[in-house]
Amino acid sequence: MSTILEVKNLTKKFDDNEVLKDVSFELKKGETLAVIGSSGSGKSTLLRCLNHLSPPDSGQILLEGININTPETDINRVRADMGFVFQDFNLFTHLTILENVMFGPLRVRRWSKDKARQIATAEIKTVGMLDKIDSYPAQLSGGQQQRISIARALALKPKLILFDEPTSALDPELTGEVLSVMTDLAHSGMTAIVVTHEMGFARSVADKVIFIDQGLIVEQGPSKTLFSAPQHERTKLFLKNFSGLE
Amino acid sequence: MVSFLNYAIEILPDMLSGAWVTIQLSIVCITVGILFGMALGVARVYSTRFVYWIVTAYVEFLRGTPCLLQLFFIYYGLGDMGILLKPILAAGIALGINTSVYQAEYFRGAIQSIKPGQMVAARAMGLGKWGAIRYVILPQALRLVIPSSSNEIIYMFKYTSIAFAVGVPELLSQADITGAMNFRYFESYLVAAGFYIIMVFFVAKIMSIIEKKVYVPGLQLAQ
Repeated sequence: MSTILEVKNLTKKFDDNEVLKDVSFELKKGETLAVIGSSGSGKSTLLRCLNHLSPPDSGQILLEGININTPETDINRVRADMGFVFQDFNLFTHLTILENVMFGPLRVRRWSKDKARQIATAEIKTVGMLDKIDSYPAQLSGGQQQRISIARALALKPKLILFDEPTSALDPELTGEVLSVMTDLAHSGMTAIVVTHEMGFARSVADKVIFIDQGLIVEQGPSKTLFSAPQHERTKLFLKNFSGLE
Repeated sequence: MVSFLNYAIEILPDMLSGAWVTIQLSIVCITVGILFGMALGVARVYSTRFVYWIVTAYVEFLRGTPCLLQLFFIYYGLGDMGILLKPILAAGIALGINTSVYQAEYFRGAIQSIKPGQMVAARAMGLGKWGAIRYVILPQALRLVIPSSSNEIIYMFKYTSIAFAVGVPELLSQADITGAMNFRYFESYLVAAGFYIIMVFFVAKIMSIIEKKVYVPGLQLAQ
């Protein structure tokens, strides 16, 4: 499998506060990477640095071998290639479900209306929401909104998808439907980076896991090894806090 | 009563022509007001610091001076400088830019009430800032602005009456002229008042129809 994303020595500061310190990792096509760590560890910032929602201070981000962390990069093209799923969904309030999912193909990719509709319908079907196609976001539950926001990201036909704590804003009984869509996605060969507190998902679905603490990657590796035999004290301590909850 | 009705019918053609001028003038002012107001509102939220200050100065200047002064300034003041405008054009410009600053404030409020996540989501998909404003922010702001904007539109409809001061033959002027010719001011003004009430009623009706037509669940200003 070819490497799709390579991150080298990424750093990010907010004022004097170093939130990412020399972060490096790589991701192969079709892999799912889970980023775990406590709140405020820098996980979400890492995700936002990758698509420049929060531009990094230094380091390289190689997407299919091309460094996108340069002033010459057309960041809008890069963003279209990296789908982003938000914690609080952020579906467009004024558009129906179908229009939300058609938005990327139509307004960003500038594909024809027919093509956009075709792709959107297919992606809405993938997340199992065809019956809600004419509803507005406010008429859906949080779980349904998040599934649609996954469909919206998929409709751009991205090279990878970034998930920023996709289940954290949901009531516990609604996380299942979203995780199940994400699991199907992982199995279908989509490349994804998932910042999450769902250790069950990270352990069973992700191929690789990164444990990040205070802006530093403490440990990374295949999820099986990281969960069953963590090497570092801090990783052990973090995982121990979760072990009782599963 | 019969005498009043006979008189009302007698002056009806003049009043109708005045009402028609009022409607035309209002449509021009309201259109200018909304288009400028939208642009100014967007500029106040999204543009550079420099543009922000220019727009703010413009808004504060126009909000801080009476509309009649602005009209005299454009009609007589510019006339002094050799720029001679027809009364109706001067009134259209003066009232249009006057109402635009109020519309701008309503637009600014509407834009700022939209959750920041809407903009972020559009940008994260690879849309540029102006694309996001056009396809995500403005369609929402336009819906949110309708209730407050409607008030301003109704207000402007009546406020076109100050165009009387520069000799535009609108509704109030016609009431004044017919009143003076027949020495029946009271009845002339009464007929004019009736016309305004009817017109405002229909404008309010149209606005509420538009509001219902573009309604989207979950999209309204926080009460």
